[in-house]
Amino acid sequence: MKCYRCSKHATLHITEIIKSVPHELHLCEDCAQQYLKNPDSQSEEGAFKPSGTSGDKPLDELDKLLCPTCGMSFREFRNQGRLGCAHCYLAFQEELYPLLENIHGETRHCGKTPKRAPIASQKQTDLIRLRNELKQAVAAESYEQAARLRDQIQTVEAELQAEASQAT
Amino acid sequence: MDLDHLVNTIGEWLRGSGPESDIVMSSRIRLARNLAQFPFLSRADDATRGEIATVLKKGVTQLSKGLGAPLNYLNVDDLEGLDRQFLVERQLISRELSDSHGSRGVGFSDQERVSLMVNEEDHLRIQVLRSGFDLDSCWEEISHIDDLLQEQMNFAFNEEWGYLTACPTNVGTGIRVSVMLHLPALVLTKEIQKVFQALQKISLAVRGLYGEGSQAMGDFYQISNQVTLGKSEDQLLKNLKDVVPNIIAYERKVRNAMIKENRRSLHDQVSRAYGILKTAQTISSEETMHLLSSVRMGVNVGLIDDLQIPAVNELFLQTQPAHLQKLRKATLESAERNVSRAAYLRQKLAGHGGVSEN
Repeated sequence: MKCYRCSKHATLHITEIIKSVPHELHLCEDCAQQYLKNPDSQSEEGAFKPSGTSGDKPLDELDKLLCPTCGMSFREFRNQGRLGCAHCYLAFQEELYPLLENIHGETRHCGKTPKRAPIASQKQTDLIRLRNELKQAVAAESYEQAARLRDQIQTVEAELQAEASQAT
Repeated sequence: MDLDHLVNTIGEWLRGSGPESDIVMSSRIRLARNLAQFPFLSRADDATRGEIATVLKKGVTQLSKGLGAPLNYLNVDDLEGLDRQFLVERQLISRELSDSHGSRGVGFSDQERVSLMVNEEDHLRIQVLRSGFDLDSCWEEISHIDDLLQEQMNFAFNEEWGYLTACPTNVGTGIRVSVMLHLPALVLTKEIQKVFQALQKISLAVRGLYGEGSQAMGDFYQISNQVTLGKSEDQLLKNLKDVVPNIIAYERKVRNAMIKENRRSLHDQVSRAYGILKTAQTISSEETMHLLSSVRMGVNVGLIDDLQIPAVNELFLQTQPAHLQKLRKATLESAERNVSRAAYLRQKLAGHGGVSEN
């Protein structure tokens, strides 16, 4: 996991209770020392929160915030620092804005774009969702459902392939 | 593919050619990309990882045809720890890819200028590495590779946020532009701290030889962009192209001042470093890097005249733990490696007359 403050590896994991609401912090050694020296002034600036809004929400609310495509919760993302799929960017849009602003100082892409328009992006999102459902079905040992999902995945993949070969 | 034949060669990026190669060891650009139809790796189970690896391995094979240059593909999960470490030392794969689990791989060109990591933090990490200060050529080459890959696959992309990556720190361009600098004089005079502070202010990151979290061994520092969203690739390249010449000039200025004011003490330090490397009976990797750094500077400022930069660069690589063991064709414990490393250095540096007398 990366430090919330900089891009170094986070080695210290702090849970701070502010007004009976727990706040999780993941920091590298340097940032942690800085934080421990002067926690109050830092947290007022919001420097140690990955996001201005979500940092104020209690953790159980972050648990409920789920990506409908891959099933990742925003809290999981906060803990491991990695998103679950491309669709998470949309699902957590509101929470991600302040974070992106904090990291990049900008929130809009300006640079290289794919030469051809991405085809059938809905189908690609479907595939990610179906793979997630398949994973859950296998974990729950619902093998009939898993078999059905595998067939569905194959169908969508075949459709995508057909569209791709038409496009070129 | 057999890795053993690589042991006696060095990648093109170590050749010591290219602009400013006395101070700029190498230029590197990497792009982070993800396949649109799969979840990112944090939500991918073993089966999905396997599928991603299959699609991208096929992609690398196709790319090889498009480039007209062969790319060797290795399943990293099949490799022994020593071979993985060997690839890390050559900068063909990252530590993260080496230490990760499940289906993953790497495709790389014969000159080791291009490498494509599969199932690292993102599905695909493309890297181009060149000797010296040559970011434009890196960009031209990597963008072409990206275009060729996009003819056969769709990467996760969104108008607003650009290329979508597992970690929001890479989203947008997905680009990391970095330059590896050898800055012994700035380290020696502790001026390097000022450089770090100045770079931090303009959001450039400073890392050690092997990237994130690694120590700055041998006075090598990697400087790279931190921001990936909201600026174009050209702007991000330009940022480094503007700043790096200043650091090069600073390092040169300090070297010249040291030659002018403390020639004897600098000559002494360089000569002692060279002497130890030529005669030691046991030597650690850290000490080797440290002394080679002095020798490298000595060659560049003309205090050593019987050694060339490419030969020094090669020693930096060949004395690393995995390389040494591959050269000796044996698994060696740390103490054995130190003895073996010293013998290797004595043999390589024998016949070099010694330190110049001027």
